[in-house]
Amino acid sequence: MATALPVQQKWWSGGRSPFNVEYGKLMMWYFLMSDAFTFGAFLISYGTIRFSSNGWPDPNVVFSSFPLMGHAHLPLVFVSLMTFILIMSSVTMVLAVASGHNNDRAGVMKWMIWTIIGGLAFLSCQAWEWTHLYTEGAWWGSNPFVNFDGSKASTNFTNFFFTITGFHGFHVFSGVIINIIMLIMTYKGVFDKRGHYNMIEKAGLYWHFVDLVWVFVFTCFYLF
Amino acid sequence: MENVHMEASHHAHGEPSFSTKTIWRTFWILLIITCIELTIGMFIAPHFHSLKLMFNILYIFLTLIKAFYIVAEFMHLRHELKNLLMTIVVPLFLFVWFVAAFLWDGNSYKNLRNDYDPYKKEQSHIKVEKQESHEEPAVKHGEKE
Repeated sequence: MATALPVQQKWWSGGRSPFNVEYGKLMMWYFLMSDAFTFGAFLISYGTIRFSSNGWPDPNVVFSSFPLMGHAHLPLVFVSLMTFILIMSSVTMVLAVASGHNNDRAGVMKWMIWTIIGGLAFLSCQAWEWTHLYTEGAWWGSNPFVNFDGSKASTNFTNFFFTITGFHGFHVFSGVIINIIMLIMTYKGVFDKRGHYNMIEKAGLYWHFVDLVWVFVFTCFYLF
Repeated sequence: MENVHMEASHHAHGEPSFSTKTIWRTFWILLIITCIELTIGMFIAPHFHSLKLMFNILYIFLTLIKAFYIVAEFMHLRHELKNLLMTIVVPLFLFVWFVAAFLWDGNSYKNLRNDYDPYKKEQSHIKVEKQESHEEPAVKHGEKE
């Protein structure tokens, strides 16, 4: 439609994209929506099993260690560090996207590198946490922790914990790989040739989604 | 911003750019909410076990605020067209039913099993003796009361 309709935009009458975004970004949104349902199904099944159990372990007791601090009782301190790292890497990602909007190649590279470092730091923290829990005897099918009331816990807690944080960690890992690919493409000037940095934006959407999922995993496993 | 979408005519309006100020404001909001959650989780909630449900509702509320800020600002959804926003947000309302139905079901299953299998209920409340002393103090009940 050649005539401009400044007052009442007719988004659905043809001639224009009703969503005003490019195809790839729209599909990234729909992928993330479906991924949200996958994670939602995981967390809801965790909730259902927890609601159907007479007892459940106390997160303040289970997650109370910190690297190099020996046996000090520091509930939730380490997971706060992990949360901070992930929020911080989300900020650097959004700064990379903002630099991309200004076609600032050096800025995009700088912030992408920080985002990758943040992702790797988070994965390292998770590796330490898993290793620590493993040495305490926790793994799929094995739960050394007792319930709030001191009764014996089933293995549901560890099964769900390792499955869901593992699935989230795998998303973080994929995100780091995607970000590294984006960094290489930026370095090679692919986006400068294209004239836009939309790919950084799509990678950014994925990365923020990983952060978003962590917000829910954090609440469901460490706070409840 | 104008030259970003040169070849894509449907981007004629462009999108509002990210402002560094908004990004950092969102960061502080997320950080402060996380600190509030942790303070409650570490220092306040362990002393009031009977109010656990209240604290959990508070956590859910704070988590949803954080989710809103991540999606709206970091993922920029707030600045997209309403058409796009609706196709993403409306299906997510399925979660309301999804969560309520499944948690309700889990709770009902627990009650039914406790009613019809008193032996299992009794077994599930037997305290574990601390003979299996793990060298880690992880199974210590420092925070119980």
